Amino acid sequence: MQKLGDFKLPHFFNYPPYFTLQPVKDTRQKQVQLWKELILDYCRTQKIFVIGLEDDFPLFSNSAIERSLSHEARDIFLSGLVSDGRAEWMDKGHKKCLILWLRIQDWADCILRFVKDNGLEDSVMTVEEIRSGIESRGTELHGMDRTVLMRALRMLEQKGKLAMFKGSSADDEGVKFSA
Amino acid sequence: MAAGKWLPSAQLTSSGRPVLLPGEVECSTLSSVDLECEENSNFPNFKSGVLILTTHRILWIDETNNKGAASIPLGAVTHIFSLKKSIKAMFGKPKVRFQVSAAADGRVDEKGSTSIVITLVLRGKSDPDVFYSRFWEVWRSRSWEVLNIAGDSDSRLERSGGSMEGSSVVRMPVVGISGILRKEQELWESTDKSLQDAFQDLNALMSKAKEMVMLAEKMRLKLLSGSTSQANAANDDDTGSKQEMQDWLLSVGIVSPVTKESAGALYHQQLSRQLADFVKLPLEKAGGMIALIDVYCLFNRARGTELISPEDLIQACALWEKFDVPVMLRKFESGVMVIQNKSHSDEEVFARIKSLALRPNALWTGINPSDAATTLGIAPALAKEHLLTAESQGLLCRDISPEGFRFFINVFKDIEPNNIYLVKEHGIYGTWVSATTAPG
Repeated sequence: MQKLGDFKLPHFFNYPPYFTLQPVKDTRQKQVQLWKELILDYCRTQKIFVIGLEDDFPLFSNSAIERSLSHEARDIFLSGLVSDGRAEWMDKGHKKCLILWLRIQDWADCILRFVKDNGLEDSVMTVEEIRSGIESRGTELHGMDRTVLMRALRMLEQKGKLAMFKGSSADDEGVKFSA
Repeated sequence: MAAGKWLPSAQLTSSGRPVLLPGEVECSTLSSVDLECEENSNFPNFKSGVLILTTHRILWIDETNNKGAASIPLGAVTHIFSLKKSIKAMFGKPKVRFQVSAAADGRVDEKGSTSIVITLVLRGKSDPDVFYSRFWEVWRSRSWEVLNIAGDSDSRLERSGGSMEGSSVVRMPVVGISGILRKEQELWESTDKSLQDAFQDLNALMSKAKEMVMLAEKMRLKLLSGSTSQANAANDDDTGSKQEMQDWLLSVGIVSPVTKESAGALYHQQLSRQLADFVKLPLEKAGGMIALIDVYCLFNRARGTELISPEDLIQACALWEKFDVPVMLRKFESGVMVIQNKSHSDEEVFARIKSLALRPNALWTGINPSDAATTLGIAPALAKEHLLTAESQGLLCRDISPEGFRFFINVFKDIEPNNIYLVKEHGIYGTWVSATTAPG
């Protein structure tokens, strides 16, 4: 079975029609579904949050069978994820796509679990610390996308689980977890 | 139908076209014609049918129900009355009256002793003068006699041959090599002559057309009998060329093409019926479906002269919906038009495409229209339509790459979306995986 780095690819990745947009409705539906699954799977294992449509995204071409996805196909498959709530376009031109292999709600739950596990109730952390600090190492939060993290934090703030405030430096914000 | 008692009935093809006698050619076709006979009160109602004037007969076909047709042999016509030019005639429906021989009980019969007058009432918009003059022309030319005489002499020869032992008829003996050679020589000379005559000028060609078709038919029959008797001969080349020759001769033959001149307003309708009869054979050869463009070529080649336009062909095909004919026009999504048997089923074609797409090679590289064309024995353009239809049914998937446009067997259906790594052992996906994964 073919691999992409340490990612195991499914057999159909070598099926040439997988890389051609199928015009027949039922077939197309199935094709889009399989692409959505594969993209989410890959992003989850590789911790990829953003896919640039014009970049060389490894999944979008297969050198073994010399096939690659057209721009239209990439747009359609990612739009499929967007309409499922598993991705968001970051610009109107559909050039960059934010992949939510965990939904914002799921990320928020992760943060709460992290706070609880580390006894961080009532303590203060910077946003940057959550992403790359010692405490989060080894958890899903480590290395996560800042935009996604901020959205999850704001969601928790609305629910009164934490408070956010401006830090001393302009580019960082602090978080105070509530008990 | 009841007409059979008073008028000889005429045979029709399955699409409702008259079956013509050998050498018979249609001259004029009129719609909405009544056939009346004032002298015979038992004469049935012949109301509003299609009237076809041929070189041999007057045919009357009931269009509303397919009960058949009546005919009046022109040989029975003894007189055609000139058209009445009275005030009354000007306002009434135009009528053409003629006298035919009849048997004592009123039945129309060429050898009858009495005669009756039959009136044609032309309710359609056709011009009675034109019809009248053509009727006269045809009647006067007496072309039905030409063949009858030929037939008579043939049968007389047979009869005399059969009673050889009784009579002492002196004939040139056709025995031995020299006899056969002489006979061949005579045949060659007459054939040569008719060929030469035919090509002298175009007018002569037109008048010879019928004879040429007959000649072609004769040659075909001869070839046919020759090829069966020599079926065991190892000479494949020879039989191949004979087959080809036969095909050529077969496609010569529409003796009486429906023309605008002969059929008038009924042109497309009659053309449509003739076409339905004509396509049967090529359809059979092509496996039940044939491209419209091919039919156009074949049909016009068979007509030889009086070619039809593409628009005429499409109109004629479109009219099939109204008639009870076994063929239909089909338009693919791409716009390609074909003629197919009504009984033609896509299922059979799909089954063959599927088995083609499941060959080990095709699982690797897919199939293209020319592969399918070879397997199905049809034109690539048509094969592509079949592939596209199979795709729309979910049987195939497309692959567009710099290498071209190819089709693969559809494995998408077989993949479990919740577990994209799962390969079921049975099923098309499993077959595809095991065929395309290198062992080990």
